[in-house]
Amino acid sequence: MDFEDTPQEAAFRAEVRAWIDANAPKHLLAELKNASFASNGVVSEDPVSAGKAWQKKKAEAGWACLHWPKEYGGGARTPIERVIWGQEEGLYAALTGAFTIGHGMCGPTVMTWAKEEQKRELLPPLASGETIWCQLFSEPASGSDLAGLRTRAVKADDGSGDWIINGQKIWTSGAQVSDWGLLITRTDPDVPKHKGLTMFFLDMRSPGVEVRPIKQANGQSSFNEVYFTDVRIPDAQRLGEVGQGWEVSLTTLMNERLSIGSGMSTGFPELFRFCMEMEIDGAPAVEDAGVRSKLAQFAVKQSGLKYTGMRAISALSKGETPGPENSIGKLVAGSAMQELSMFALDIQGQAGVIWNDDSPQKGRFQGMLMRSPATRIEGGSDEILRNIIGERVLGLPGDIRIDKDVPFKDIPTSGRKKK
Amino acid sequence: MNLDFSDEQKQLREQVRRFLSENCTSETVRTILEGPESYDRKLYQGLAELGVLGAAIPEEYGGVGLGHLELCVVAEELGRVLAPVPVSSSIYLVAEFLLLAGSEAQKQAWLPKLAAAEAVGAFAFAEGQGRVTPAKIKASVSGGKLSGVKSPVADGDVADVAVVAAKNEKGQVSLYLVDLSGKGVSRTTLDTLDPTRGQAALTFDGAAAELLGGEGDGWNIASQVMDRAAVLMAFEQVGGADRALEIARDYALERMAFGRPIGSFQGIKHMLADMYVSATLARSNCYYGAWALNSGAAEFPVAAATARVSATTAFQHCAKNNIQVHGGMGFTWAFDCHLYYRRSNALALALGSLSTWESLLIERMSAGNAETAA
Repeated sequence: MDFEDTPQEAAFRAEVRAWIDANAPKHLLAELKNASFASNGVVSEDPVSAGKAWQKKKAEAGWACLHWPKEYGGGARTPIERVIWGQEEGLYAALTGAFTIGHGMCGPTVMTWAKEEQKRELLPPLASGETIWCQLFSEPASGSDLAGLRTRAVKADDGSGDWIINGQKIWTSGAQVSDWGLLITRTDPDVPKHKGLTMFFLDMRSPGVEVRPIKQANGQSSFNEVYFTDVRIPDAQRLGEVGQGWEVSLTTLMNERLSIGSGMSTGFPELFRFCMEMEIDGAPAVEDAGVRSKLAQFAVKQSGLKYTGMRAISALSKGETPGPENSIGKLVAGSAMQELSMFALDIQGQAGVIWNDDSPQKGRFQGMLMRSPATRIEGGSDEILRNIIGERVLGLPGDIRIDKDVPFKDIPTSGRKKK
Repeated sequence: MNLDFSDEQKQLREQVRRFLSENCTSETVRTILEGPESYDRKLYQGLAELGVLGAAIPEEYGGVGLGHLELCVVAEELGRVLAPVPVSSSIYLVAEFLLLAGSEAQKQAWLPKLAAAEAVGAFAFAEGQGRVTPAKIKASVSGGKLSGVKSPVADGDVADVAVVAAKNEKGQVSLYLVDLSGKGVSRTTLDTLDPTRGQAALTFDGAAAELLGGEGDGWNIASQVMDRAAVLMAFEQVGGADRALEIARDYALERMAFGRPIGSFQGIKHMLADMYVSATLARSNCYYGAWALNSGAAEFPVAAATARVSATTAFQHCAKNNIQVHGGMGFTWAFDCHLYYRRSNALALALGSLSTWESLLIERMSAGNAETAA
């Protein structure tokens, strides 16, 4: 066991550090540091433009998408080098949040399923931040039950081979700023639900695409609804065969869990700092026995996640593939965030209800309280993640699925009665 | 960066697991639970012969001279099978006390015997109800003679030698090495939650006591050794947690209800998933503790408390839910669930209770840098 860098790792770290020191937008660092939970961080300039500028700079120097091959604009680096980059990039990584879905999920899906010339056309601008991608998967009636989706793709009757899309997606992060979307549709309702799906990539500026922001429970609008009215997609933009959409979507979902779950913070360092500053009965809160007990339990969750991540990296560096056990990252962090924020407000007493710039850490914990319910749902709900751990890690039997062999059109779904 | 055991350490794990699968079955544990003996002498002797008791003891003192990482590997395996042996008292504690603070003569006298299972050691710290604090220690030494009552003392019923925390003539907490076969020592075996690890009350009435480490340095030394023992015991706890989860998982696959294996019901499946999560977080924290113990890192006290809190929580969580998964069968004497439940709760109190360690962890983090552990 060893936490130290090898000489090669140390040399790589030094190279990264020097480059970041010379090139990072240091004028934004103070803002990134003080960003309250779940806000965009940068407000003094347009956050998307600031993110694009930083990504472009990284790409030009070969630091973009370190996990991608070079021919698609990536850095072709080892897992350990990616970790070192992440550690050194630190808070600046938050600048490029708009690319998370493209780089972590859409890119790998395109890389697996698109034709070679399409990969060479689509991936380098995604890597360098010129294009933003979104993921058009969830629907109002099908979240966790993704394969129950109803957005239809029908062949145009003009002989062009194009597809005509009608329907609605929801919970689409970043749709309002996206150039491309990865879109899963139903092409055959007469076969069981997983078999009648087909995946496309779509120009988000196509006629008939309408993006409507959703006002969320926490007052922000980072998700959208996307409506499709007779939207036309060329057949060349199909990923995989007709009817193979479910298989294609699994590439995306697998990458999503890897991308979201690893290295999530529970907010513990901020809570700890707060408990050092806040007083109970004239002494720092951190000296109170009840506070200590709670803090200790949050502390061991945070460090357990950190070292579980390090074990996964150790396995990666030996050439092993990270498996479904990585589902624990978001499962633990999501609920810890929610409990931790409730506890931080509890210590604030009645004033915990106040959520403004004068609140401790500019209202970070109030923001966390109001954002954490979404964390426990997005990218696989707690319940879905527990199913994955139960079934794919522990080998327990799958849920009984009564709709498995039934043609999709005959399955009752929310808002549609069985005929 | 590499947070994993080496191939050699993994081979040692396999070797110990094989040995224990033959020599420490559920029957072995039950024989101690229900019989008059308070540990399995043959098993303990076998472990000594295998060289694992002396894994972290240098060769010049009769050990194998590997290191603490190897001892962590061994501890996990002992925890998986609930080995009824006094290894935590003798090896994690007394041997470590000698290695850290013993004089050359004290090391020579006792370490070879401890490594060979020819002698058993015990650490006499608590004096009745409540958390141990310096103020609570009433045992005292005057003119080399120890008086007082220590209770409970893990493995105190079978120990040959004890490290005793007592106050010197100036009222400072110091540590003393006491040969328990000498005059002025009497012991009473105590009824406990987990008879597979014996406990006793030791009464000293002018027993010969030899200073271990510096005068007045007892609290400091004890704290350092308890941290070491905490990491080793945390590995036992993680081994136990993992095994309790495996037993529960196997039962959930085999037991049918409403026409299907109970493991296909989300109520059970999600409980098992949560057991996996707590065992996994604890294991990762234990690896961090093992690394800090073995490398002597400055963050060791934080790492030790982290491993301890996490592993205690995980073992209790897995052991109690193992019974729940089994339903009524889990509450029978015939099933092994209660063996894990007993051990999980007994280990949660050994070396100081969970709340004591939670408090220690946060105290240490406030003194240092919170970000280190986060």
